[in-house]
Amino acid sequence: MSPEPRMVEVRKNVLKQNDVIARALRERFRSEGLLAVSLVSSPGSGKTTFLEKTLTLLRPHYPVAALVGDLATENDAQRLARSGAPVKQITTGTLCHLEASMIQKALDGWDVGKLGFLFIENVGNLVCPSSYDLGEDLRLVLLSVTEGEDKPLKYPTIFNSADVAVITKMDLAAAVDFNERVLERNIQAVRPGMRVLKLSAKTGEGMHEFLDYLQKLQRLRRQAASAV
Amino acid sequence: MHELSIAMSIVEMAQEEAELRGNVQIQAVHLRLGLLSGVVKDALLSSYEMACETTPLEGSRLIIEEIPVEIYCFNCRAQRPVHSIQYFSCAECGTPSAEVTRGKELEVFALEIRE
Repeated sequence: MSPEPRMVEVRKNVLKQNDVIARALRERFRSEGLLAVSLVSSPGSGKTTFLEKTLTLLRPHYPVAALVGDLATENDAQRLARSGAPVKQITTGTLCHLEASMIQKALDGWDVGKLGFLFIENVGNLVCPSSYDLGEDLRLVLLSVTEGEDKPLKYPTIFNSADVAVITKMDLAAAVDFNERVLERNIQAVRPGMRVLKLSAKTGEGMHEFLDYLQKLQRLRRQAASAV
Repeated sequence: MHELSIAMSIVEMAQEEAELRGNVQIQAVHLRLGLLSGVVKDALLSSYEMACETTPLEGSRLIIEEIPVEIYCFNCRAQRPVHSIQYFSCAECGTPSAEVTRGKELEVFALEIRE
């Protein structure tokens, strides 16, 4: 045994296994012409209400499905199933986030090629989900008007990992003195150029702009898939 | 708090490397941790100790090099540090940019071994 320790170079990504699965999922979604959209937010930002409304409005026009992650209970899946869309609950036990392997496993037995959209609702958490790629095409970070305009500054990492910010519960904006200008400024500070959508799943305000945006992306996806 | 599962992956990865090199003893694991990786340094350090318990890595150290966030600045036409993690603009000229070029690392880059 040599007395002196020596350094050896390794250079290995700790999350490589997750990233490899996520990449395979993304390629599969792309070749099947399906748009995968994930949702991240704090607990209580209105992910499930927003998703229920989205599924209900899209379902007459597209085959849609959803996966929903929670530490425990099937409550969210039951709520989402009211939309009529196929929904599967992923219970993570003690894990505070979804990982790509859970998505892969949950899709077993589903013919994803028949879907237009797949929604993935992450566990309510603004920290851990930012490290894990799920193979989604679009990551939405949700923030309700009741949460405080400085949230993007407190959680810059998740805003940086997301593509679009969705401000929910706009129907409560006046009651909580929501300052739209300050929130917009904070979002742009941590993620310059980020698209911001404001809506209320309860009143329907802003939902059509959101759905138009999704459908536009879905059309591009289909064109790209059929061109291959 | 996902640092424990990350720490367990690091220990597993280091153990595999040790086996590949003929069961060498690992004294330290060097990790590059980007400030945008979503992993908290202190939580990872204490999780590492727990993850090492009852493994051949027990007693080894985790040495973390924190990697600052850099963006591509379209005005300077160069990679530049960000003003701060709350303010993604070029530290030199102030131009905002979301093109992150550095700071998401979560990488085991070296091991200190004793043969």
